[in-house]
Amino acid sequence: MNALLAADLPYWVQSLLRVLGGLVAVLLPAGTIVYLFLFKMMSFMQSRLGPMEAGPYGSMQLFAEVGKWLQKEDITPARADRTIFKIAPLVVLASTFLLVAVVPFGPDAWFTNFEAGVFYMLAVSSVSVLGILIAGWSSANKYSLLGGLRAAGQLIAYELPMVLAVIGVIIQAGTMNLQGIVVAQNGGEIFGWNGLGNPYILTQFTGFIIFMIAVQAELTQTPFDMPIAESELVSGYMTEYSGFRFLTFFIAEFATAGVFSLIASVLFLGGWGVPFAWFDWKSIDDISDWMNVVGPLIMFTKMMVLAFVIMWVRFSYPRFREDQLQRFAWKVLIPISLVNIMITAILKVAF
Amino acid sequence: MTSTESLIDRRQLAYIASQAADARLNVELETEGMTLNIGPQHPATHGTLRIIAHLDGEQVVWAEPSCGYMHRGYEKLTEVRTYPQVTSLVNRIDWLGSFANEVPFILAAEKLMGIEAPPRAQWIRTILFELSRIANVSLFLGDLGVQLGAVTPVFMAFRDREHVLNLIEATTGGRFHPNFDRIGGLKDDLPAGFIDETRAVMKTLRNFCTEMEDLLFGNEIFQSRTRGIGVIPKDIAMQYGLSGANLRASGVDWDLRRDQSLPMAWDKVDWKVWTHPDGDSFARCWIRLQEVRESTLIVDQLLNNIPSGPVMAKVPRIIKVPEGEAWVSTENPLGEMGYYVVSKGDLGPFRTKIRSASFNNISIVPWILKGVYVPDIITILASLYFILGDIDR
Amino acid sequence: MSSTDTPIAEIPGDTLRERIVDDLRAHIGADLVDSLVKPGDDVWVRVSTDAWRRAGVALRDMGFEYFCFLSAIDWMPSPFGKGEDDPTAPPPERDDTVKQGYAGGATRLQVLARLVHPTLHVGVNIKCDVSDSEPVVESWVSVFAGANWHEREAHEMFGIGFAGHPDLRNMYLPTEFEGHPLRKDFPLLARMVKPWPGIVDVEPMPGGSADEEGDAE
Repeated sequence: MNALLAADLPYWVQSLLRVLGGLVAVLLPAGTIVYLFLFKMMSFMQSRLGPMEAGPYGSMQLFAEVGKWLQKEDITPARADRTIFKIAPLVVLASTFLLVAVVPFGPDAWFTNFEAGVFYMLAVSSVSVLGILIAGWSSANKYSLLGGLRAAGQLIAYELPMVLAVIGVIIQAGTMNLQGIVVAQNGGEIFGWNGLGNPYILTQFTGFIIFMIAVQAELTQTPFDMPIAESELVSGYMTEYSGFRFLTFFIAEFATAGVFSLIASVLFLGGWGVPFAWFDWKSIDDISDWMNVVGPLIMFTKMMVLAFVIMWVRFSYPRFREDQLQRFAWKVLIPISLVNIMITAILKVAF
Repeated sequence: MTSTESLIDRRQLAYIASQAADARLNVELETEGMTLNIGPQHPATHGTLRIIAHLDGEQVVWAEPSCGYMHRGYEKLTEVRTYPQVTSLVNRIDWLGSFANEVPFILAAEKLMGIEAPPRAQWIRTILFELSRIANVSLFLGDLGVQLGAVTPVFMAFRDREHVLNLIEATTGGRFHPNFDRIGGLKDDLPAGFIDETRAVMKTLRNFCTEMEDLLFGNEIFQSRTRGIGVIPKDIAMQYGLSGANLRASGVDWDLRRDQSLPMAWDKVDWKVWTHPDGDSFARCWIRLQEVRESTLIVDQLLNNIPSGPVMAKVPRIIKVPEGEAWVSTENPLGEMGYYVVSKGDLGPFRTKIRSASFNNISIVPWILKGVYVPDIITILASLYFILGDIDR
Repeated sequence: MSSTDTPIAEIPGDTLRERIVDDLRAHIGADLVDSLVKPGDDVWVRVSTDAWRRAGVALRDMGFEYFCFLSAIDWMPSPFGKGEDDPTAPPPERDDTVKQGYAGGATRLQVLARLVHPTLHVGVNIKCDVSDSEPVVESWVSVFAGANWHEREAHEMFGIGFAGHPDLRNMYLPTEFEGHPLRKDFPLLARMVKPWPGIVDVEPMPGGSADEEGDAE
């Protein structure tokens, strides 16, 4: 296992490669999502062209934006809790990096092959709530405070359906290891036919929908963007941030969108794998090394599809009200996901 | 001391202690109100309206709009202007539907002078009036999306409003402030090709209305955000002098285009006044959507039979308006806009009371915002639809 | 210029308006001081100062439920003219006789309001005199809730007090602002500093030749 890295490289090189890989795995999806979806797709949906000047079709716009943000003054409000105010965006971004650590990109291309990967993923994803809450509180701004409180309420409410939606997958796969879930999907079969493997989106469709809704809420994207709510709270918990720190929030927002899409593709779409039956692989040890190159590309494609859906919803819907959002989580999503777990468990025992 | 007395003492002590504990608990659980300033600079206020909202959690205890950040004193300024010059001032009251502001003032002056614009001028006035209504309200429809968190509609609104502004520009030379109306008629005739172009644009605008219905009004989140929010009963609406779509959304069948006889062309065409029984935010928005569509139909019909002839009546070179008082109001995009003009036979008005729609429409805000949530403030304000120049004048 | 002496009974709209005045007179009696009906156009009534609120209630009960606006008029001619004069030159002689408009009046300041009948679509312009020494009338807030802001506006612009108004704060001006801008004796400072060149209308009018009515300048 992990022949690529472990066999012939010293430990520090490995660590360096992992860090670089992590940066790529976080920033590349974020950049692609921002350019392709936020700049271009959104513009086309709104019958305009979007950025066209920087580079061909505005493809360098992202770098221009980053350069612009880096140049701006880093303002800390006078009444703000300075240290915490400055840490907050980093906490949010850190949760993204922690998330990507467990995502498998290929048979050997992973950062950590953690046995309880799903558990870790769900635990770490809520770290960003802390960052948002302290950003909202420490800004010494009423809009930020309201935004932070809304974010806390909302993210906690949507943590639960997300966990419950994933439980169905865990029951079906019989493991909490994300690598194991990928293998279980691609090595699986549908009533004896293994031409497609068994991606859990087919069996866990309800779970998939709930997971995506919960992701939308975790990311505070539009139907659930009350913490930012431009027309009400100016910019919510980000109101007082400028320059580099705002950029960090911005990157974290879209990087997390990418990472959650990666996780959703691992849990429900078969991750990096192709159906093992195509190449007569029996287990993960049979898989040829080229999958370590093709796997990330497959992952990236799936990630883009899911991120497209997230952005599509974002650009089309108006926003819920806070109480409607809570009602939706507690009265609709959670009961449905509980029923989903029950049915999955019964069918698991039955078959 | 007997044992019973000590017992009573002990009971009293226990009672006092429990009261103290309760009080401590109450103090700990007591929530403190928070005053939130929405505006003067805020993404949700068109211009610089400031709403001082006292919140308990996210619920509004009381809210009070604070105006005056854009007061330009037009009523005073009209007193030192001549009649033809006043139109350039009143243009800037409701800056999204400027032409519609000029019309009632000109009509009031004409009423005092006892003249009437020639039929062709009346027709073109009506067409431009309706075009400015379309330009104004279509932007409202887009903006409504932004207020509720949907970014896409506003771009569609800007896209299609552009066509209407082009028409206004082609006719008047100004996109926002035409200043085209004259006492006794209009400055110019329609440009060549206006009729065909307008017909095409009206079709585009009807498509835009359908698009908005699909994208926004049919959306369940939109409906759950607006239905039952900010309900204004009929009698309250009348007391506060709400007008336009806000009044019609409360079930009052009232449209000044139909209900009074003005030298305009509305009574020459066939159209419908939309009302809605609910009186909530959804009703107000829905009425406006229907009105845009109705306006396009009015324009289409007017284009079919524009009379020929001059666009300017014979008026004196120097306009002196005879002594008298006149009140003329029209159904502007925002509601009833009226001018009470007092003339002393001078070159300019002696006093002009500008009754703008938004002033009355917004005066209901302290009443209607009691007990709503912060997001509903935005919904209600958006659905009441004000333009700050129209409040402050 | 009280009630018109032209025959008006033939036009249906006028009997309607005449009846409104008669109805109001039946409600408030002699407090209806003067009235003017313009055939097919509008109604002006003037009530005595004490009956201001009572007249509002009476009109509301008569079905004039729609509150259109409330404001005031300062009938004093402006001592500053229209600002067309050179401010450095000595001020020209101006006629300063106070002359009220329709439905007459006796004081410099008058309160003016308009109420509309929602189904007949007929409005009533109602005026009342406000004494110069003590410019206070009764508030309409308890009759028409919408009068609140209009009275605040009239208060700050004309300095008219409204007895019974809950909260006569300034609407537009800063709290410490002195003076009442819409009173005629409040100078428009920009005009005081510099004469306004725009007062002369030099644009040639379309549709009519310039020599038709004599030249302007």
